[in-house]
Amino acid sequence: MAGSRPICYPPPAGETDQEGASLLQKFWQVNWGLVLLILVVSAVGLAMLYSAANGSLDPWALAQGRRLVLGLGAMFVVAFLDIRFWFRFGYLFYFCTLALLVGVEVMGSVGMGAKRWIDLGFFQLQPSELMKIAIVMALARYFHGISTGDIRRSSLLIVPLLMVTVPSALVLRQPDLGTALLLILASGAVFFCAGVRIWKFALATGLALASIPIGWQFLREYQRDRVLNFLNPEKDPLGAGYHILQSKITLGSGGLFGKGFMEGPQSHLNFLPEKHTDFIFTMLGEENGMIGAIALLLLYGLILLYGMAIAVRARNQFARLMAMGLTANLFLYVFINIAMVTGMVPVVGVPLPLISYGGTVMITILVSFGLVMSVWIHRDIRIPRHGVPPWFGDGI
Amino acid sequence: MSIVREDRERHKTFLRRVLMLGCAKGALLTALAGRLYYLQILEGEKYKTLAEDNRISLRLLSPERGRILDRFGAAVADNRDNFRVLLVRELAPDVSETLRRLGQLIPVSDYDRKRVLRDIAKKRAFVPVTVKENLAWEQVARIEGRIADLPGLSIERGNSRNYEYGADMAHVLGYVAAVSERELNGDPLLELPGFRIGKSGIEKFYDYELRGAAGAKQVEINAYGREIRELSRKEASSGKEVVLTIDSGLQVFVQQRLLSEQSAASVVLDIETGDVLALGSIPSFSPTAFDTGLSQGQWDALVNNPMFPLTNKAIAGAYAPGSAFKMVVALAALAEGISPENYTVFCNGHITLGTARFHCWKRSGHGRVNMLQSLQHSCDVFYYNVSRHLGIGKIAAMAERLGLGRPVGIDLPGEKGGLVPSRGWREANIGGPWQVGETLVASIGQGFVLATPLQLAVMVARIASGRAVRPCLARGYRELGQGYGYGVPPFESLNISQSHLDSVLKGMDLVVNDRGGTAYRARIKERGWEMAGKTATSQVRRISLEERQAGVLQNDSLPWRRRDHALFVGVAPLHRPRYSCAVVVEHGGSGAAVAAPICRDILTEVQRRNTAGREALVLENTVPPGLFRRGAL
Repeated sequence: MAGSRPICYPPPAGETDQEGASLLQKFWQVNWGLVLLILVVSAVGLAMLYSAANGSLDPWALAQGRRLVLGLGAMFVVAFLDIRFWFRFGYLFYFCTLALLVGVEVMGSVGMGAKRWIDLGFFQLQPSELMKIAIVMALARYFHGISTGDIRRSSLLIVPLLMVTVPSALVLRQPDLGTALLLILASGAVFFCAGVRIWKFALATGLALASIPIGWQFLREYQRDRVLNFLNPEKDPLGAGYHILQSKITLGSGGLFGKGFMEGPQSHLNFLPEKHTDFIFTMLGEENGMIGAIALLLLYGLILLYGMAIAVRARNQFARLMAMGLTANLFLYVFINIAMVTGMVPVVGVPLPLISYGGTVMITILVSFGLVMSVWIHRDIRIPRHGVPPWFGDGI
Repeated sequence: MSIVREDRERHKTFLRRVLMLGCAKGALLTALAGRLYYLQILEGEKYKTLAEDNRISLRLLSPERGRILDRFGAAVADNRDNFRVLLVRELAPDVSETLRRLGQLIPVSDYDRKRVLRDIAKKRAFVPVTVKENLAWEQVARIEGRIADLPGLSIERGNSRNYEYGADMAHVLGYVAAVSERELNGDPLLELPGFRIGKSGIEKFYDYELRGAAGAKQVEINAYGREIRELSRKEASSGKEVVLTIDSGLQVFVQQRLLSEQSAASVVLDIETGDVLALGSIPSFSPTAFDTGLSQGQWDALVNNPMFPLTNKAIAGAYAPGSAFKMVVALAALAEGISPENYTVFCNGHITLGTARFHCWKRSGHGRVNMLQSLQHSCDVFYYNVSRHLGIGKIAAMAERLGLGRPVGIDLPGEKGGLVPSRGWREANIGGPWQVGETLVASIGQGFVLATPLQLAVMVARIASGRAVRPCLARGYRELGQGYGYGVPPFESLNISQSHLDSVLKGMDLVVNDRGGTAYRARIKERGWEMAGKTATSQVRRISLEERQAGVLQNDSLPWRRRDHALFVGVAPLHRPRYSCAVVVEHGGSGAAVAAPICRDILTEVQRRNTAGREALVLENTVPPGLFRRGAL
């Protein structure tokens, strides 16, 4: 196949088809600046976990480090795979994940309590986490095939809307409000970038707001408590409002410069709950102050900029939408987590990517970065609107 | 449309949307930064304070209760080490096994075992639970030796109150016990577990002084309240040591002497200083029982005992003073100008007033008696006569000058004021006008008149000195090795003519030391120690006409509760009275036969001990007038 260029258009001057590029060539194509940023943020995370364990690698930092190495490996594997591979298998990936999600739903209802994961031995796979990638990929694949003109047709939105609602409803049933919200919002970003008219978003938002009273009926008791406590955390400072209040106290007491690494009394004396998972940002804010917290925000901001720049630079709609969707996903993680621990939104149980302790999220995020890098490495590949050219089938 | 052109169009839309989304993300991240600025900078101070509150806990350190010393400095109440075995659940891998092993070393009852297991289940894992208290030293040693085999157990030294003389001082000192719900006044010291406060006696009256000031330590705690480390510590300052006027040797003697009776009280005063040298009341109780906790049965036994062991009868028992009141009437009469020797009354055994007859205790009558003889023989008819002329007003006025009718103001809680009736009192409390007959009854200390043993001792002290003697129990206090004395106030004169006082005292001399006196058999024979006094036998029942005709029932044939009270008041030594003493034996029968010998023994003992003559514990400083406690009323 090498050498043949049976594409129905001549590639613009100066562009090269990366098909057949060697692994070494791809290696040099990797966006090392992005990798560096990821490593820096991950290192901050490991340091915070070390501090959370009162200056010990056990029980969190070391385990998280191992996952980081594993995740980085996965990231590079994903990055080096051809973008057309992901294009081709986008739907398959989505449906497999959906099947897994239904699977845990069935097992979960048979087994005890809310079981959201499948034990793979070395780590526990949460299909809902995988779905965050799969849905973005599937939607990007779908919108890739819609022309600028067709995008105005509302009937064409029925299929992608279903693609979002089904997994979201399943996740919501688990119940995992945070993940469901992330799925919907990340999907929204893909819809938005695909060019869906803005008034339709306004309509959807309006409908969502209108359905809050109905949705309230379906919330579990603890979810309602969380919302109520968000609205008035001082109501029951030692009960359910404890998390938010203690988080604000911990964060606020950090001041401008913080209390120093491993010196945060609030976190180390266990006033701060979940300090190694969802509330790790609070601990960071206590120990490193506003300076440290804003520095971390800037790092995330840079990563987001990289992601968006990569999306803009890509030459096919699938890659662009996927990069934007995954970047939006990362943004949502960061924003919802920090807004939650600072008391701006209710506690919804969203971890801070690359920092919070937890395997699945780490893998999900690094695989997402792998896909974004794959977009970058294969940025000049064009894919026809109606699918991968037949020759690609055996070109992989 | 070529793929490139089509893509370019889509790319244009895409770029626009990316820009919008990027701006939105940027705005939201900026909002987060703003929120951080608000929480960490603008509200930072507030949250820092809240965090300090979270982190630092103030734990009170209980002060050691001040000792109580007698007049010579001997400790009558102090603190004893109370060794306790505590169990911390989280340090004991197997609680029942640990308890079983402890049971091999010291007796652990099934009840204790169940209580420990119940307490442990209720409290958090690091909170110590008391397994056993008041361990003997030898038990402590046995546990300490095997402590390695007893994981989770530890021995803690606490304090409990120790009363050297137990029941003999219980009515003076009172007792301490755990703070009850309604005594909480917001002082956090009172809320400390195991804190004890005075519940009666000196322990209650001087509780504030004895209590001391709490210390505090600042500890860093975690969210579960466990102490991580101590940040600072201010030691508690122990309470003041209260120095009493009591001579503990005399006190024990009095208490033991009273034990010949079932229910009695006695007060010994130093006439010059007002010092209460002994304050006896029987039956008594064991004060330590309250500290360690009474069982319901023990409590019921104390409360339901018909002789009221918990009541300090010396200050809270009000009795008809009987013939002891005759000195009051005598002084009132002398003040009206009658002559102690020349004014006489003929006693034929009774006096008739309208249709009523008022009897003398001696049915055959005393014949012609003057005032001295009326005291010596305790002739009732003489006083019936005199009081008719005096009227209740003058008698009551004299009684009040001598300290009757209202609390004398001793520094003990629960002092009763007795009763000196007046026209106004009768109208207000009983209704109807005062009857002359009631004056007659009052003149022999019966009817409405009531006095406490303390008041009676004060009364004779005032008669002997002519001054307004006021009794007190605390000489002062000691703090940080320094003594502070409340000092002795100059008691003001009662403005009673010395010759009148001498006459009454002469009558009291005759009572005891003249062959015809009612208490001649109870005289003090030692030369120079002689006492003067007055017997009294006060009725607690009304003798009906029928009974009087059939012959008045003797006390021996009456049930205990209806027998007469036996009273005696005395002063000694006769030539220069220094001590006054009142003895009341509830339902004891005859004052001459029962109360007088007790008073004789007590006044002999106090002179033998030379209590007032020996140098008391030196209190080098004088308490400034503002802190003056004497005559607290």
